[in-house]
Amino acid sequence: MAEEEYRKPLPEPNDTTRPFWEGTRARQLRLQRCRDCGKHIFYPRVICPFCLSEHLEWFTASGKGKVYSYTVVRRAVHPAFQEDVPYVLAIVELDEGPRLTTNIVGVAPEEVRVDMPVRAAYDDVTPDLTLLKFEPLLGQEMN
Amino acid sequence: MTLKRAAAITGIGELKPTRTPDGKTTLGIMTEVARLAMLDAGLGPTDVDGLLIGPPITDMAPMWPSVLGEYLGVHPRYSNVVDIGGASAAGMVWRAAAAIAAGQCRAVLCVLGEASDVETFYTPRGRRRYQLPYREFEVPYGPMGVNSGYALIAQRHMFQYGTTSRQLAKIAVDQRTNACANPDALFFDRPITIDDVLNSPLVVDPLHLLEIVMPCTGGAAFVVVSPEVARRSPRPPVWLLGAAEYATHMMLSQAGDITTSPIAVTAPRALQMAGVSPKDVDLVSVYDCYTITVLVTLEDAGFCPKGRGGPFVEEHDLSYRGDLPLNTHGGQLSFGQPGLAGGASHVTEAVRQLQGRTGDRQVSHCELAFINGNGGVMSEQASLVLGR
Repeated sequence: MAEEEYRKPLPEPNDTTRPFWEGTRARQLRLQRCRDCGKHIFYPRVICPFCLSEHLEWFTASGKGKVYSYTVVRRAVHPAFQEDVPYVLAIVELDEGPRLTTNIVGVAPEEVRVDMPVRAAYDDVTPDLTLLKFEPLLGQEMN
Repeated sequence: MTLKRAAAITGIGELKPTRTPDGKTTLGIMTEVARLAMLDAGLGPTDVDGLLIGPPITDMAPMWPSVLGEYLGVHPRYSNVVDIGGASAAGMVWRAAAAIAAGQCRAVLCVLGEASDVETFYTPRGRRRYQLPYREFEVPYGPMGVNSGYALIAQRHMFQYGTTSRQLAKIAVDQRTNACANPDALFFDRPITIDDVLNSPLVVDPLHLLEIVMPCTGGAAFVVVSPEVARRSPRPPVWLLGAAEYATHMMLSQAGDITTSPIAVTAPRALQMAGVSPKDVDLVSVYDCYTITVLVTLEDAGFCPKGRGGPFVEEHDLSYRGDLPLNTHGGQLSFGQPGLAGGASHVTEAVRQLQGRTGDRQVSHCELAFINGNGGVMSEQASLVLGR
């Protein structure tokens, strides 16, 4: 059976952001760290937004964090998302500090809560591109 | 140097918002409101020597100031596009005053307009494929425009401070009461109750349909002039007393505490320039794309302590006849949200109230107004204090 075409907007990685998306393909959450001021950085940049250093390095983060805030989208703007409503759009705060926009999956929308512990869930939306989503962290993984 | 009393608004022009363009174009709308504002100020096109334009959201084009200047017969010595979203109109007021204070011009025409409707606004257009971070790191996850951003703020505010949907609904209801006293409001004849708001469909949790602005057609303009020009004004000049602006992010994920906006910086600075405090303010006219926007603004501007916005709006009557008159034209929620002209409606309403020309909804002894413009996801803020 032929795979259905993915119709939602896709990231278009560039030289700066490609290591991040190569990371999600490999099921790793990669962040940048400034070698001068030590701050963790997301989204990927060519300079550190805290000290303007150009000396940034990639590292693999824990993939764990908490729901900083969330909403349930009940009407999609982009038609390709209409089949998914209601779905959860969230900001997750990573254990390493940075926050990012994502979806919370693997749980009913009405069970999502602010501060809920989550872990990375990788969604291979096309053969080339894997989106970084998050799912609830199970009890035994929390410490 | 201060901008306090460096310039005054002496004329306004505005259209009653409509649900659809009804054959009008953006250029046509801008021309209509620009003409009204110039007539109101007693000025002709050759008297105007500055032109500021808010970029129409559904009609982005290069060199809008040249297009409109040529059309109106205005030859500006100072022109610009002010592109800070819903903060653009408030941002224009102090930019115009600064250019006047610098001696570059004497009368700046500020114009914002939009020929749009719900369908046009939400239909993805053949836009350029922007190579920008939000396109790569936000759009693929299906945000509902900026609706979802404000929903995230509201959800976090509820978590941190215990704010309730019923408290947020009170804001929409009081503003609708105001709109029902304003024949020029889109929802003039449609009163609502708190239960109406809470029973309207949840669109993007925790925000209900009646807590969200409806894109529509309309426009607004105003003229900012030098003290010398203001002395010859046919109407009482409305003076700029304080102004401040601050922007902190584009994507909400990159903001700090999302329940506190840059207004916490701009409002105190604008009030300080004017030499007044929130308790001196007779009229509050602040950007209200969503109910939560108003709540956060009241807190950050110092009308109540941080986190107390919910109880505060329950304890105060925000209507034109209440103890804290807020968005007396109905606000964007009930007057209308015609693109960037929605933000301009707070400037025009403050001018009307301060000039005593609002009829049934006139606030008694209105001498001092606090205005706030808000762009993006509470990203960019411009606060103004205007007075007689």
